[in-house]
Amino acid sequence: MPGRPTPGKPTQGKPRSGKPNAAARTRPADRVFKFLSTSAAVSIMVILAGVALFLIIRALPAITASWSTNPELKSGVTGGFASFWAYVSPLAFGTVWASVIALLMATPVAIGIALFISHYSPRRMASFLGYIIDLLAAVPSVVYGLWGILVMRPFLLPLQEWLNAYLGWIPLFSGKVTSTGSSILTGAVVLAVMVLPIITAICREIFLQTPKLHEEAALALGSTRWEMIQLCVFPYARSGMVSAILLGLGRALGETMAVAMIISPAIIASFRIITEGENSQTIASNIALNFPIATGMQRDALIGTGLVLFVISLAVNMVARLIVNAGTGRKKVFWRKEKVSTS
Amino acid sequence: MTAATEAFRHPAVRNRLTTRQLPKRAGLYTLIGAFILAAAVQGLTGFNWFALLALTCVFYLPAIYLLSRVKENRRKALDRLIRSLVTVAFLLALAPLISTLWTVVSKGLGILNWEFISTSGGAARINPDTLELVSSSGALQAIVGTLQITGLATLFSVPIGLLTAIYLVEYAQPAFWLRRTVNFLVDVMTGIPSIVAGLFAFSLFTLLLGPKAFSGLSAAVALSVLMIPTVVRSCEEMLRLVPADLREASYALGVTKYVTIVRIVIPTAIAGIATGVTLAIARVIGETAPIFMAASFTDSFNANPLSGPMQTLPVMAYTGYKFPGQNIDLSNSQAWGAALLLVLLVIVLNLVARIIAMIFAPKTSR
Repeated sequence: MPGRPTPGKPTQGKPRSGKPNAAARTRPADRVFKFLSTSAAVSIMVILAGVALFLIIRALPAITASWSTNPELKSGVTGGFASFWAYVSPLAFGTVWASVIALLMATPVAIGIALFISHYSPRRMASFLGYIIDLLAAVPSVVYGLWGILVMRPFLLPLQEWLNAYLGWIPLFSGKVTSTGSSILTGAVVLAVMVLPIITAICREIFLQTPKLHEEAALALGSTRWEMIQLCVFPYARSGMVSAILLGLGRALGETMAVAMIISPAIIASFRIITEGENSQTIASNIALNFPIATGMQRDALIGTGLVLFVISLAVNMVARLIVNAGTGRKKVFWRKEKVSTS
Repeated sequence: MTAATEAFRHPAVRNRLTTRQLPKRAGLYTLIGAFILAAAVQGLTGFNWFALLALTCVFYLPAIYLLSRVKENRRKALDRLIRSLVTVAFLLALAPLISTLWTVVSKGLGILNWEFISTSGGAARINPDTLELVSSSGALQAIVGTLQITGLATLFSVPIGLLTAIYLVEYAQPAFWLRRTVNFLVDVMTGIPSIVAGLFAFSLFTLLLGPKAFSGLSAAVALSVLMIPTVVRSCEEMLRLVPADLREASYALGVTKYVTIVRIVIPTAIAGIATGVTLAIARVIGETAPIFMAASFTDSFNANPLSGPMQTLPVMAYTGYKFPGQNIDLSNSQAWGAALLLVLLVIVLNLVARIIAMIFAPKTSR
């Protein structure tokens, strides 16, 4: 690693042979500082590896144990399950299920808001409106939980009763309808509110990056604003939108408090969304609810479910980042160039 | 070309660009009409703010579409419909924000007074006049806990985050493997579920110190895991904004790299860095699950972050509702009081971040 950055032109990482140039003379303090900042960067790797390692160390006994014979695991919060995988798979299903419902609600609204801020609202107000939406992300999740209990549950109750009465033949709305509102639907609505600002913020950034020339060209050819958005903004932003949704999904998967406080759960894999006490449970909320009352081995089992959550959200985030990198890198430029050269 | 000049010569011929268009304020008038209609329906069924706005939308959307469809054309009608839908989406997002803030303020304001802030909960004492047992309901232990844990987390994350950002911007070659790996891992770290960070801190401290290792320090470690990636990203962005001219001028004067970074680059970017750090603090201060895992909860006052459970505001809001004490109403109102204090803290931190950005902004754009 030579000392000085040469902008634009990457140099090889190996040391140069022969005498170093006289100008790049380094002092001891220089080397110490470089060492410090490099080790800070390395520590990021160490921390992430540490997170995985310590979770594995704690979880391994519970994952490998025999759940039907272990005295701790066959009773209490983990009782009634044949193995760790039988315990974690309905939870993993519930986590993904609640997040997907939340995303189905949040995505259209978030894209609409992002379009409103980037292409419809007055230019001078755009940053202020964006700030208001960002405020939604600043509200702590526990406050959303309390709000969900007090406001959202009674607010959505009539809707759920209606859905059950008239659309109960659809499996989604079947079952005994909730009487308090503590259903997975209520939880998903609150989750949707929480992921909304994330998807909005990323989409807004990407929409604003659409080349001005493309937009003006479309408008000059007589297209309406919506046609311009369809022609220029969406094709340009497609990969960014997908990754924004995936990042929102990552956030929803890991969200704990709002779900733990609102949904009245059971550890089963169920598609029903307006029942009570037979809702699917999410991993994070299951940990939060049972951790204080769990004993040693049961805690290890809960940590094991946390490890599964870690792996799921890691996978979602990695896919999102890979899409971002592929979208902003070569592929897009190549596509643009080809388009231009043919016309 | 000829058509345009034709239109110019004969003013009697109407301009084809402006015919078949709704009048300028048509949207506004339709909206007012829809609102009046919705209010009239409300007069029959009973008043409800949300239903009023929802009905206004229900009346407005088809009305503006049909009007435009008849007077203008299909494409413009669709454009108007989308414009309205997008605006509705924005207003829809405002509803939970306003509702949340209103609920927290109206519920929490009743209990929020000096006694709530200045006494710690749990300590029951006898009222000397009536000889009744009075349990105090303060949040002092939670306020102290929140400030200590968040402070410690900031102390851990800012040096690591800032130095990593410096490495990424100033030292690493763009194609070097360590830089690409760290860049990717920071992104991955942003996505760690907060409860996993809590479990990590719990596992780490129980493996090192034995089974009852709840402490404020452990919670601070959990929060740092969540805070570091945010700090790295905001610092990196700010360091990249520092013009290369400044660095080159410094090198040209024979200043070493380390002094250039410490004396030129960081001072130029300090406002942005401070804003980013403040926003990162505002983000983690409301985290409940990791603190709950790592520091547990308590009603008694504990100002020693190295040992024993510690109470924090978000955890107090959670436990006050989930594990209420003898007096359920009191516990619930304590929860709302803690939530209001927390929201106030977050809003103050956000404002501080904006003020820092505003005061120092001209310096960075020099």
